[in-house]
Amino acid sequence: MDKIEEKELWPEEKSLMKAEISRRKFITSATLAALGLAMTPYATLAAAPSNKPVNFASFVEINTTINGQNMKMKLDPRTSLLDLLREQLGLTGSKKGCNQGACGACTVHMGKDRINSCLTLAAQIDGKEVTTIEGIGSETEFHPIQVAFMEHDGYQCGYCTPGQIMSAIKVLEEDHAGSDAEIREWMSGNICRCGAYKGIVEAVKSVRDETYDKKLIKRTQQKVS
Amino acid sequence: MNPFQYSKAKSADAAINGYMEHDNTAYLAGGTNLVDRIRRDVTHPDYLIDVSELPFSKIEKIEGGLRLGAMASNSDTADDENVKNDYPIVSEAILLGATDQLRNKATNGGNLMQRTRCSYYMSPHFACNKREPGSGCDAIDGHNRILSVLGTSEKCIASYPSDMCTALAALDAVVQIQTPNGGKRSLPLVDFRRLPGDSPEIDTNLKEGELITSIDLPESSKAFAKASHYLKVRDRHSYAFALVSVAAALVMENNMIKDARMALGSVAAKPWRDQEAEAMFIGKKPSRELFEKIAEKTMEGAKGYGENDFKIELGKRAIVKAFMKVAGLS
Ligand SMILES: Cc1cc2nc3c(=O)[nH]c(=O)nc-3n(C[C@H](O)[C@H](O)[C@H](O)COP(=O)(O)OP(=O)(O)OC[C@H]3O[C@@H](n4cnc5c(N)ncnc54)[C@H](O)[C@@H]3O)c2cc1C
Ligand code: SF4
Ligand code: FES
Ligand code: FES
Repeated sequence: MDKIEEKELWPEEKSLMKAEISRRKFITSATLAALGLAMTPYATLAAAPSNKPVNFASFVEINTTINGQNMKMKLDPRTSLLDLLREQLGLTGSKKGCNQGACGACTVHMGKDRINSCLTLAAQIDGKEVTTIEGIGSETEFHPIQVAFMEHDGYQCGYCTPGQIMSAIKVLEEDHAGSDAEIREWMSGNICRCGAYKGIVEAVKSVRDETYDKKLIKRTQQKVS
Repeated sequence: MNPFQYSKAKSADAAINGYMEHDNTAYLAGGTNLVDRIRRDVTHPDYLIDVSELPFSKIEKIEGGLRLGAMASNSDTADDENVKNDYPIVSEAILLGATDQLRNKATNGGNLMQRTRCSYYMSPHFACNKREPGSGCDAIDGHNRILSVLGTSEKCIASYPSDMCTALAALDAVVQIQTPNGGKRSLPLVDFRRLPGDSPEIDTNLKEGELITSIDLPESSKAFAKASHYLKVRDRHSYAFALVSVAAALVMENNMIKDARMALGSVAAKPWRDQEAEAMFIGKKPSRELFEKIAEKTMEGAKGYGENDFKIELGKRAIVKAFMKVAGLS
């Protein structure tokens, strides 16, 4: 494994090290999974396929589509959809706020609907299509609602934002953005600890009215040296 | 999280057989209540049978009324044109509950079966007769603000928070059940859930292995569509369980009340109907005084446990407010 100085490590890297895998290797395996090439064996422990999860009972096999990629996986049935996304597939955009259905930070789309991925067993996405925050917009363009959130300060820390955006897309699609009050009611499944609600409502309205700044839609490529 | 096995049922028979063949099994529908309880270490099934894809997900007209499939989502039920036109309080009640994310996943059968939100029940560190029979009840002398004031026992004062089922109970809905011997039976929704008595661990009159297939609304309850209202009182404007809710419905004729339905939610272990109180509406002219008298009667036997004392007065005021609105007096 790669040698990394202990003092430079983030907590997640430490836990990955403990599981005897480097961050780079982890990302490679996550990418493989995302390409549908890997039969990802254990979804509760992202890092160490040779360790069986604690108190393991049996596997369940699923065939699913995540962000347009078909995948086959073997899972511990206890795995939630949120943990599958974050811990196994490296799709860390969906956030874990409460893990109890009470905050909306984990909101994703399953089929035509938005759902809380924390209260969804990964086994239940068998045969279904899931879209996460990573799957909206394109490589070259943002989704309009992403632009609108930037323009209207629809966030402060950004933790709730992926969930807010996944909800906002459905609120607009399903025509629940008629008035401020209606937007607030239909966005109420997404709690924001920073209290960015005013900006969120403005962002939703600007997409509804198509007044968001279309110049911002292009993703500018930034070289990271 | 305790380990469990999972399988998806392809037919109702397969689900029920699977249930009967394994010990300690649970049906899984949307999972919004069950997964939460498993994760919180409140319940520990060894085997989950996923019934969410069984063919009971339609909302359809049947002889004598409207059938709400047990596996139809709460969202699809609230959006259904027949529900909205003929039984509008059902739609209202669903949309005032939880959030769109949860309602998309939550099923009608699961909503009916959801367990109490009593915080001592939901946390395995406390004594709770419902979770662990005989262990005691930490809520009676504890933080019981959200719990029941009607139909309680000294064993348990849990409340049942379903908004949808409060509306369904007011409209005389009937629960359709498939039994392990291949038979079918039905139970009126008001009698489906049980008061705690001596065995608070048993929430409902559903027997081992029985599967809910639909909840049916009778044709006759369409009569209430013109004058009905679901009032939900809660701590914040949205995304909160009810402290008290009232499903109120009247049939008017020549300015007199011809028929009335009233169900209260979150004040008892089941949707609360009081036939004597309902009879007091009949043949009367609607007025604040009449509704106040009926509210008094409804809460007559109520008992507070400290933090939840306020629910008795709140319940009365909610009844008056809901019926004033239905009668067009407010
Ligand atoms: C944060 C939060 C807020 C909420 N707010 C509200 C609210 O304001 N108002 C409200 O009314 N509700 C509210 N709910 C509760 C929600 O409505 C229920 O969790 C939901 O309806 C349960 O349905 P489900 O399909 O997900 O059930 P599951 O979780 O799948 O199952 C629940 C129970 O029902 C049993 N079951 C399911 N289907 C059947 C069947 N067909 N036959 C026999 N047994 C069955 C299961 O074995 C399990 O014991 C809230 C929930 C959360 C998490
Ligand atoms: S009120 Fe009922 S559910 Fe709550 S702690 Fe007491 S016994 Fe348990
Ligand atoms: S993490 Fe799923 S709702 Fe909070
Ligand atoms: S932006 Fe910080 S929680 Fe919403």
